Amino acid sequence: MSTQTNALVPFDEAVERYDPVLGIEVHVELGTVTKMFDGAPVTFGAEPNTQVTPVSLGLPGALPVVNRTAVEYAIRIGLALNCEIAELCRFARKNYFYPDVPKNFQTSQYDEPIAHDGWIDVELDDGEVVRVEIERAHMEEDAGKNTHVGGSTGRLQGAEYSLVDYNRAGIPLVEIVTRPIPGTGARAPEVARAYVRTLRDIFRSLGVSEARMERGNVRADVNVSLRPSPDSPLGTRTETKNVNSFRSVERAVRYEISRQAAVLDAGGPVIQETRHFHETDGSTSPGRVKSDAEDYRYFPEPDLVPLAPERAWIEEIRASLPEPPADRRRRLLGEWGFSGTEMRDVVNAGAVELIEATVVAGAAPAAARKWWMGELARRANADEVALEELPVTPEHVAELQALVDAGRINDKLARQALEGVLAGEGRPEEVVVARGLEVVSDDGALLEAIDAALAAQPDIAEKIRGGNLGPVGAIIGAVMKATRGQADAGRVRELVLERVR
Amino acid sequence: MSDATLTRRTAAELAALLEGGEVSSVEVTQAHLDRIGAVDDAVHAFLHTDGAPALAAAAAVDAARAAGDDLPALAGVPIAVKDVVVTRGQPTTAGSRILADWVPPYDATLVTRLRAAGMPILGKTNMDEFAMGSSTEHSAFGPTRNPWDLDRIPGGSGGGSAAAVAAYEAPLAIGTDTGGSIRQPAAVTGTVGVKPTYGSVSRYGLIALASSLDQAGPCTRTVLDAALLHEVIGGHDPADSTSLPGEATGFVAAAHDGARRDLTGLRVGVVRELGGEGYQSEVRAAFDASVEALQRIGAEVVEVSCPSFDAALAAYYLILPAEASSNLAKFDGMRYGLRVEPSDGPVTAERVMAATRGAGFGDEAKRRIILGTYALSAGYYDAYYGSAQKVRTLIQRDFAAAFAEVDVLVSPTAPTTAFRLGEKLDDPMAMYLNDVATIPANLAGIPGISIPNGTDAAGLPTGFQILAPAREDARLYRVGAALEALLVESWGGHLLERAPELEVSA
Repeated sequence: MSTQTNALVPFDEAVERYDPVLGIEVHVELGTVTKMFDGAPVTFGAEPNTQVTPVSLGLPGALPVVNRTAVEYAIRIGLALNCEIAELCRFARKNYFYPDVPKNFQTSQYDEPIAHDGWIDVELDDGEVVRVEIERAHMEEDAGKNTHVGGSTGRLQGAEYSLVDYNRAGIPLVEIVTRPIPGTGARAPEVARAYVRTLRDIFRSLGVSEARMERGNVRADVNVSLRPSPDSPLGTRTETKNVNSFRSVERAVRYEISRQAAVLDAGGPVIQETRHFHETDGSTSPGRVKSDAEDYRYFPEPDLVPLAPERAWIEEIRASLPEPPADRRRRLLGEWGFSGTEMRDVVNAGAVELIEATVVAGAAPAAARKWWMGELARRANADEVALEELPVTPEHVAELQALVDAGRINDKLARQALEGVLAGEGRPEEVVVARGLEVVSDDGALLEAIDAALAAQPDIAEKIRGGNLGPVGAIIGAVMKATRGQADAGRVRELVLERVR
Repeated sequence: MSDATLTRRTAAELAALLEGGEVSSVEVTQAHLDRIGAVDDAVHAFLHTDGAPALAAAAAVDAARAAGDDLPALAGVPIAVKDVVVTRGQPTTAGSRILADWVPPYDATLVTRLRAAGMPILGKTNMDEFAMGSSTEHSAFGPTRNPWDLDRIPGGSGGGSAAAVAAYEAPLAIGTDTGGSIRQPAAVTGTVGVKPTYGSVSRYGLIALASSLDQAGPCTRTVLDAALLHEVIGGHDPADSTSLPGEATGFVAAAHDGARRDLTGLRVGVVRELGGEGYQSEVRAAFDASVEALQRIGAEVVEVSCPSFDAALAAYYLILPAEASSNLAKFDGMRYGLRVEPSDGPVTAERVMAATRGAGFGDEAKRRIILGTYALSAGYYDAYYGSAQKVRTLIQRDFAAAFAEVDVLVSPTAPTTAFRLGEKLDDPMAMYLNDVATIPANLAGIPGISIPNGTDAAGLPTGFQILAPAREDARLYRVGAALEALLVESWGGHLLERAPELEVSA
């Protein structure tokens, strides 16, 4: 929680008086099988300190060896960001003492990153495109995780003791650093959010990370500075650390612009510092003061030989890159005929691939969207799993829709069939047969039910016969009930009208 | 065969006896354990011995031999291991209080290879704390003494390994050489020490002092034994990214070749910068005699100059502390080893780290950590670490130029014979000078050997250093074996046989 209250200038006024400049550092945890420098498995949610080796624990004598897949993923990211891939790069030691860093240095890349000088185009909600220049993308290893126990806030302050879990220590990260992003004005918060989301989409499409924000797979450090006008030199920046949702990125930028404007209005200097973001109220508060002599004493990691990725390998990787998510989205938007909002929801739900596969399996795009974004999204949400983790495939969904289209089941029955599929009872058709869900299309059976319903409600029958078609729904309802929903309501209506004529 | 006789045998001789079934590994191992029991109170070469696992390993080899298995060359020959090399289930302290109680959960690659070769591990040998020192006086557990004169130092940092071999407590030992810690102790104890080419023996499981300089290697009594051991521990290791490709072969053949005492056509360079001022006159004299001996068997001797060597010591004492300050940062009381909580005030991570490091590290470790932290700090990096790396490049060029003209380079291994315990303890600079002749090889990553080549007026041994280009370790064994054969013949036996008998405790 923020312990100090800050004066704020309303955002609109702030961006009228000052020109904000952004800088964003995004860390992505790579989805490799093993860690950056050792054979410990990369797993989420395991018992503390079970996914470790002497290397990831930094035991005396242990030595790192570079994970080739992590290098490949870093190159994929670099290429997708239109970067140059270094002919030769090196790891360095970033020395600092902290209990979650097993060696008390982090193996990272310093002055020789694997990828540098790139750019990406970021599309805003209204379709405007902002080009963001990438300074570098470098590889490093993640730290472990501290848990502070005994305090009320879960923070270090007031805690009685701390526990360290090294399962995360050594998981490969790629850090992507932008050049200063000028000219965003009042749209700075939106640009920041859209940039991080664009990166997230790229990571997913490249298959280099699950890129799940809520698990901390993607974390952003957001730099903001203000200057009087676009001609002025850059102002002093603050760095808000570890912001891990799109909305928080937007809020953090907005808050810092308002806060810094208030500081500058009061004639004060903005202090260059790292800041913490507070989810509860969207505020930031000071972390470490940068003047705290942050001397990492970098030097080339002597335990690792320099990395010289073969050019042929890089070209092989380049040739294997998927269509960029933005291009793909534009193409699919055209092909599927969704609205902009519908498409955005689909993207946010991580359902693009699933819907595409469902369409390939024969379903109409609208139907595919309806199932994945409706029934299945609700179910995934309730079970707290990702859509693709549900025990249902795009082929199942396409088959289900085909049954509806053929008139063999209606929507209500289709939902029951889907439940059966999710319960592991088999493919949709199997479930329909096994549960006897098929629509009753035998007129004889329906007429029987209609006659029974008419006989049971003679006054209604009389009204209908008298030409008042209003209450016909009551008869249809009774028939549907009698056939446990398996009747085709349209056909029942036709038959009722025939009967009373 | 009496136990005393067994401990006097070289590893090659023991291997032959074992293969011929004349003795068992259990007998050989027990003989050395007994010798350790008898003399190590006086020598203090070992920090830890454990007879049971050694004898169990010996018994396993004996059983395998009885079953007719095809065994590696040194199967059944016991060995001592410097305590900076990680051994699963047995303490590894690196000579430091901060690791006094640490029992590693894994084996160094070279230990895995020793075990696979059927070599019983007798124990862990004493050393300067984290291999920082030239006298083994900086061990947190007390100094090792030189078997030639118990009032003198056995060299450092691997004084324990050298002394164990010199005192017949082990036929073989493993050392590590960052600036001379195998070769310099070999010189002052009358034994053979080899620093292989950087990367030719895996560093996985060596507690790092300075990663770009550290190299494990053999401590033995003969050149042939060193070659045999080098072939066991060497070769590529995928767990060490700096490990060289290929297998470690050809060293034993080269030693046998050298023993024929014909070096016709070999070009030997005498390094002008190694052997002048500060070198004891008897060390010089022994060196000159050895060079003449090489000439007698056909070697062509020329003087070569390596001008950048004058800056080697300075560069070394920037690079080493810089890397060491980073490598030793992991010792913080958080995960293993000593943990000291502050005696008063709040118990925070920073304060526990500070208290642990304050209590756990000795003076020399602290001195070098501070020096290295300073050398790497913002604003000083270029002036210190950066310049030192440039000197390193110049030294590599000097070697390259010299090796374009000669096959091997030679010099005295150490400027003086063993000095007295305590004599240089308060003068770090004087202590650092002991490694002046050995350091250039570490900075360049090239291999070197020290073999005993004489004694001074006090009867203390001197050492002769041979250096070869990277990956030409075989040359060391050929030339070393040739010189050794000449010297042993002229002395009528190994130099070590002239060492005074140690008093054996009951």
